[in-house]
Amino acid sequence: MAEGFAFSADNLTVGYDGRPLIRRIGFQLRPGEILALIGPNGGGKTTILRTIAGQLAAQAGTVWIGKDEQSGLRARELAKRLSVMLTGRIQPELMTCYDVAAAGRYPYTGRLGVLGSEDHAVVRRCLSQVHALEIADRDFARVSDGQRQRVLLARALCQEPEILVLDEPTSYLDVHHRTELLSILRRMSREQGLAVILSLHEIDLAQKVADRVLCVKGETIASSGTPEEVFAAGNIEALFDLRSGSCDARCGSAELEPPEGKPRVFVLGGAGYGTVHYRRLQRQGIPFDTGILFDNDVDYPVARALAGQVIAEAAFGVISSFSIDAAVNAVRTCGTLLYTGVPIRAQNACFEDLMRMAEREGIRIVRDADELD
Amino acid sequence: MKRRGRVLGVCAALTLVLALLLLLSAGVGSVRIPPGDAAWILLTGQGEATQVSIIMSIRLPRALMAALLGGALALSGFLLQTFFANPIAGPFVLGVSSGAKLTVALALIVLAQRMHALSSWELVLAAFAGAMLSMGFVLLAARQLRGMASLLVAGVMIGYICSAITDFAVTFAQDAQIVNLHGWSQGSFSGMSWENVRAAAWMVGLSSLLCLLLAKPIGALQLGEAYAQSVGVPIRALRAALVVLSSVLSACVTAFAGPVSFVGIAAPFLVKRLLGTAKPLAVIPASFLGGAVFCVGCDLIARTAFAPTELSISTVTSAFGAPVVIALMLLRQRGRADG
Repeated sequence: MAEGFAFSADNLTVGYDGRPLIRRIGFQLRPGEILALIGPNGGGKTTILRTIAGQLAAQAGTVWIGKDEQSGLRARELAKRLSVMLTGRIQPELMTCYDVAAAGRYPYTGRLGVLGSEDHAVVRRCLSQVHALEIADRDFARVSDGQRQRVLLARALCQEPEILVLDEPTSYLDVHHRTELLSILRRMSREQGLAVILSLHEIDLAQKVADRVLCVKGETIASSGTPEEVFAAGNIEALFDLRSGSCDARCGSAELEPPEGKPRVFVLGGAGYGTVHYRRLQRQGIPFDTGILFDNDVDYPVARALAGQVIAEAAFGVISSFSIDAAVNAVRTCGTLLYTGVPIRAQNACFEDLMRMAEREGIRIVRDADELD
Repeated sequence: MKRRGRVLGVCAALTLVLALLLLLSAGVGSVRIPPGDAAWILLTGQGEATQVSIIMSIRLPRALMAALLGGALALSGFLLQTFFANPIAGPFVLGVSSGAKLTVALALIVLAQRMHALSSWELVLAAFAGAMLSMGFVLLAARQLRGMASLLVAGVMIGYICSAITDFAVTFAQDAQIVNLHGWSQGSFSGMSWENVRAAAWMVGLSSLLCLLLAKPIGALQLGEAYAQSVGVPIRALRAALVVLSSVLSACVTAFAGPVSFVGIAAPFLVKRLLGTAKPLAVIPASFLGGAVFCVGCDLIARTAFAPTELSISTVTSAFGAPVVIALMLLRQRGRADG
């Protein structure tokens, strides 16, 4: 195997009981890199992770741990080089957080599993790395979900691995604990040269934490590469069967389905003032058009996902008379204008004209979606 | 370490209680022997001839057997609880004891009639076959059923089926055998010979030692099979070892004393609470001692509470053990509601 890689999968086929699920998986990971597996539920992320971790036999192909074939390593040797953090809750009785973390010392302890002073030092170090030293003596069954995940991470770190495999480490966690856990992972991988392979639900998190992303869908790997490559326009929608434009590559968040039907209100948005109104209209099921936005506006991705028609101009340009005409037409067709309170300055001075036009023609102007029937 | 001190303290206390109970067992009975004399006889074997004979050939083997088999039951329960990741698994509720009872009854009726009286080893072998048979059925059921309630129901049903067949066989056995069989099939520590004690000591001692050597992988199993496998535990081998060891232990008990209920659940549960930890290296010896104390105590009650009528041992162990199981279920329910 090529020099310098902590982990490689070579033409790997995974599946259960001789039935292949995903074929021809190939990727490599250097020490200090994080690889994220993304893809729809039931797409085979867990199957891949279980195969990598040696809990499931590969149907074909090879998994390399550094320069060694994974299938050739003894279980104990493998456990010293690769550790896992699994999804699903465990409820051990009468175990403190310290006990749970110390369970990771298994491959290093003797016949009866008694911890030596060196083992205790490792456990304490790992607990402090995940900021869990202060809960070490608490009952594991009685700590919060965020603390529990950190203790389980400490358990995996106690194996002193080169490769860390995590299955959905962020499920059950709230936003704060999610980012906290991933920050810890990022720091650990960078500082200790740990190669991390994890599956994630949240696309935006994958973008933030991963050096490489693998999209798992169907029979093969849908795409792989750096987040920039993988999250190029259209990829994510195809992966998750989303409507085109409903997911933004830059922020990674997916919007709900846009309301259907003839647009009933024209939203005069921009500078971030539009987004709350777009989403509220979506929730109330009121179809709408919007404009006039520059395509670098923070409102723009949400508008593209939710509005019927988005009248837009290229970033840093001026609003053309063509766009103004289109907006006038749209306002007339909708019959109602929603003014979001966006500041009107030199670049969007035409908004004044649009409002005046609407007033003149007796078109209703509202400031909030609630004012609509 | 604070915890190590607590573990040693609990073990020392249990040993002391066990010693006191053994002394009490030697002294109490239809012929009262003062504790001082009893202790003297136990330590030196010297004393008044009838008293020596009562203690050395009747009371001491019986009490020692109760201690050995009580410890075996507790360990068997602990192993099954580990195996099924379920704190109310035990040889009695899972039907393992009843399976052993069935084969021992059949062996006694068929073989003893045709050939000769059965030796301790043959009894244990017959019981082991039955225990493994029941265990096989429970394992098959466990593959289909999820959750601790359904597993228990399967075990209880298998227990009933085995008991029904045993009763059927006993009904049609010859009169002379029934008398023996009846007492035995209710569970009793009476009539133990030194040969029985020696055989049981070998079996139970060896199994317990193996059990202690498995403390490390058993501990890893407490976080679930997937984690255990990920740190290098050979899961299949460990599971097989757990099944065989727990079956040997409970077969040993059933062969000599018949089915004894609830010790396997109550002793490990209470001991873990006393220790404040579930670490197998502490729980295994402490459970053994706890089971021994429990059984010697219950046997003492069984033979003295309504003397000269003797209660069956399960009557007493159920009275103390069943409430523990109920408490256990309530506790788990509450734990689930909390978190």
